[in-house]
Amino acid sequence: MKFRAIATLTIYAGLTIAISIWMAKESYSWFPPEATAEAKLIDDLFSLFTGLGTAILLGVLGPVVYSLIFHRVSKYDPSDGPHIEGNVTLEVIWTIVPVVLVLGLSFASFSAYEKMNLRGSLDLVHLHLPQMMDSAYAAPFDETPQEEIKDSLQQAAPKEIEVTARQWAWVFRYPDQDVTSTELHLPVNSRVRLALRSEDVIHGFYVPAFRIKQDIVPNHRMELEFTPTRVGQYRLRDSLFSGTYFAANQADVVVQSPEDYQQWLADAASQPLTAAYNPAATEYARATEQTAVLRGWASVVPAPPPVVNYSSQTVPKSPPA
Amino acid sequence: MTNAPVEAIEVARAQPYPGAPDNWKRFFTFSTDHKVIGIQYIVTSFFFFLVGGLFSMVMRGELITPEADLIDRTVYNALFTMHGSVMLFLWTFPVLVGIGNYLVPLMIGARDMAFPRLNAVSFWLIPVVGVLMIGSFLAPGGPSQSGWWAYPPVSLQNPSGSLINGQVLWLLAVAISGVSSIMGGVNFVTTIFRMRAPGMGWFRMPAFVWSVLAAQLIQLYGLPSLTAGAVMLLLDITAGTSFFAPERGGNPVLYQHFFWFYSHPAVYVMVLPVFGIFSEVIPVHARKPLFGYRVIAVSSILITFISATVWVHHMFASATPSWMRILFMVTSMLVGVPTGIKIFGWVATLWGGKIRLTTPMLFAIAGFVNFVFAGITGIMLASVPIDIHVNNTYFVVGHFHYVIYGTIVYGIYAGLYHWFPKMTGRMYYEGLGKVHFALTLLGTNLTFWPMHPLGLMGMPRRVASYDPEFAFWNVIASLGGFLLGISVLPFILNMVSSWVQGEKAGDNPWRAIGLEWLTSSPPPVENFEEIPTVISGPYGYGKDEPLVATKGSVALGEA
Repeated sequence: MKFRAIATLTIYAGLTIAISIWMAKESYSWFPPEATAEAKLIDDLFSLFTGLGTAILLGVLGPVVYSLIFHRVSKYDPSDGPHIEGNVTLEVIWTIVPVVLVLGLSFASFSAYEKMNLRGSLDLVHLHLPQMMDSAYAAPFDETPQEEIKDSLQQAAPKEIEVTARQWAWVFRYPDQDVTSTELHLPVNSRVRLALRSEDVIHGFYVPAFRIKQDIVPNHRMELEFTPTRVGQYRLRDSLFSGTYFAANQADVVVQSPEDYQQWLADAASQPLTAAYNPAATEYARATEQTAVLRGWASVVPAPPPVVNYSSQTVPKSPPA
Repeated sequence: MTNAPVEAIEVARAQPYPGAPDNWKRFFTFSTDHKVIGIQYIVTSFFFFLVGGLFSMVMRGELITPEADLIDRTVYNALFTMHGSVMLFLWTFPVLVGIGNYLVPLMIGARDMAFPRLNAVSFWLIPVVGVLMIGSFLAPGGPSQSGWWAYPPVSLQNPSGSLINGQVLWLLAVAISGVSSIMGGVNFVTTIFRMRAPGMGWFRMPAFVWSVLAAQLIQLYGLPSLTAGAVMLLLDITAGTSFFAPERGGNPVLYQHFFWFYSHPAVYVMVLPVFGIFSEVIPVHARKPLFGYRVIAVSSILITFISATVWVHHMFASATPSWMRILFMVTSMLVGVPTGIKIFGWVATLWGGKIRLTTPMLFAIAGFVNFVFAGITGIMLASVPIDIHVNNTYFVVGHFHYVIYGTIVYGIYAGLYHWFPKMTGRMYYEGLGKVHFALTLLGTNLTFWPMHPLGLMGMPRRVASYDPEFAFWNVIASLGGFLLGISVLPFILNMVSSWVQGEKAGDNPWRAIGLEWLTSSPPPVENFEEIPTVISGPYGYGKDEPLVATKGSVALGEA
């Protein structure tokens, strides 16, 4: 009897571990392509959480399903189960194990976060706690740094790109060349620094393929740093609800080789300023012409389409990630 | 009453107070009986559950195709705002206050709540909140369209130009709902501290009472913050103050702190009573004591404290400095410890029990299994790097619907089925109950599971339109949503027909241990003929020890 119990338990534990490892590997396929060095760190971390999470879910589900199959009684059995009020050893174990687990996961998350070195609202950090965080920024890496981030950090300070969000458009400005665009172009394998600004409400800068997101609060200067590692076209989405045309507030992000990137900057600089295509403004104009009954309620009027050097005349067309 | 028929005299004990109507009409009076108020809360909020559900089904109709083609974007934004607001302020909070209202005095051996009139006032504010919320659809510019968070500056924008607009009505409704909840909190805490029957020491209190106490303590410390934030926002809109308006020098992030300082613990205000329901239902239908009762009871109070220190995890992507991100990541993950203790306790209670898969038991078990899943995604969301990717995506929507629907609504169903015979004196139809369970389980997973892959792929929440690559999972979620809508029909049919003509249940059909099961079904106005003296712990399954002293015997002293 006891042998059978141990055997069952061992087989179930083995199965749980096998499925958890498989899920942890599988989890990479649930994301868009990894287009930055930071994305790799996040996907690795998520894989760890998925593996442990699967093990916990199966660990709880197993005994529950077993009980539901083997510990059922007939309608006419009036007896009670054994009077077991608890077990101190077990209760201590299942308090300590989660404590260790969440502290471990916190530590893993912390070290991934440090390696990402996103900055976010860095100015605020120094405002609040200069002493504590300086050391953390001075030595952000342990022995296994993310090579791309490390390399790109050692290059010259990245050129800042200004990002402006408004209801409902994105405008990107390259100050050195004085180029404006409604498409964000970035050079591959070098550190990118964005200075984010909002003209009206809070918007969110979010590129799923980059795994990076930062809310843009009006009157705050926000900085964001990351390292694109994969040439391609990706989608930028507004991630913090910003009103009527929130869902249509998207833009294309193009990661290019350094040569193509410089070429694009030069081409764009020579182009005259033209009004970009703006889905929100177009849709609003159409809705105002419409005389149908179901027109919805009053909306904040979208800002006029941005006038920029480089713009696309269609909705963002980056391929499905 | 002079010509009352014999039957009426027989059921006269069910009257809320002398001379009150003894039929359904009493539910439409300003009754001070906690049992009447409890049912008033439950039925009123269930109506709003259906309203909020209808909103969500229109939204799922819009989202079944990528384009914004079913309704105007402003209507979609109003619907998701009102779906969240109605579901929280008019369904989840009040229905749990209703269940607590009905059960707490009975479970601790009291004749009523500590402040019966205050109790009635807190209930009658709920219809006022409902009228304001639903009435805001008729306001100029329509109802609030800024999400249930009402983040400024979006919530400060007032395209209608009218002073009486949807956002103002919404804020009034939230403030009134807050007043109602604070009054309820004072009442519950006082009742539990002061009105326990002789012999009912703290560790003889049922786990449900512990969890209600833990939840109501959160209301007392948290709600003032939300109410203050709501009043400041109201002043910003109507009086031109500049607490949060950036163009006038205000700080919109400050509002987020006020809002989440209450609104994250609010999740525990809702889920704690449900944990309590699981802790009551599972021992009865597994015929075993609640495993580790004391630890489970204390873990509720631990959640009260930890939940006060986690609110910034909703703001990892806001203008939040790194030290704050890391600090609140650790505290948020720590919530996993007391909740883990509860889950392991329930599993151990099932283990080796004599399990009967009645409808309340099915809902309770499925509810906590759903919660394990929600807990795992919750720990993922607490991790700063992962949250930076999935924050404000459908991953979050999926996560919290597994909590709010998969756990809390399941717990509410479990509680309603379990105590239905006590509330009505009649038994529900088991077959219909199982149909309801099967449809709910299928609907829940079809609707909310697909939201996780959508979020990982990068679909933001609150969008009226989306890119074609997200279509597949959205179609499945929409079909699941419609199924979930249908799943309430057998429940309504069951409740109504069983109450009217169900089989008489007797006082204790489950052979459950607990003071509420010692009195008649439905209980008389004053609950107990004589206040019982409690002489043992709350879960004496499997041993022959009475819960209360027999009539006339001397009390065995306080525990």
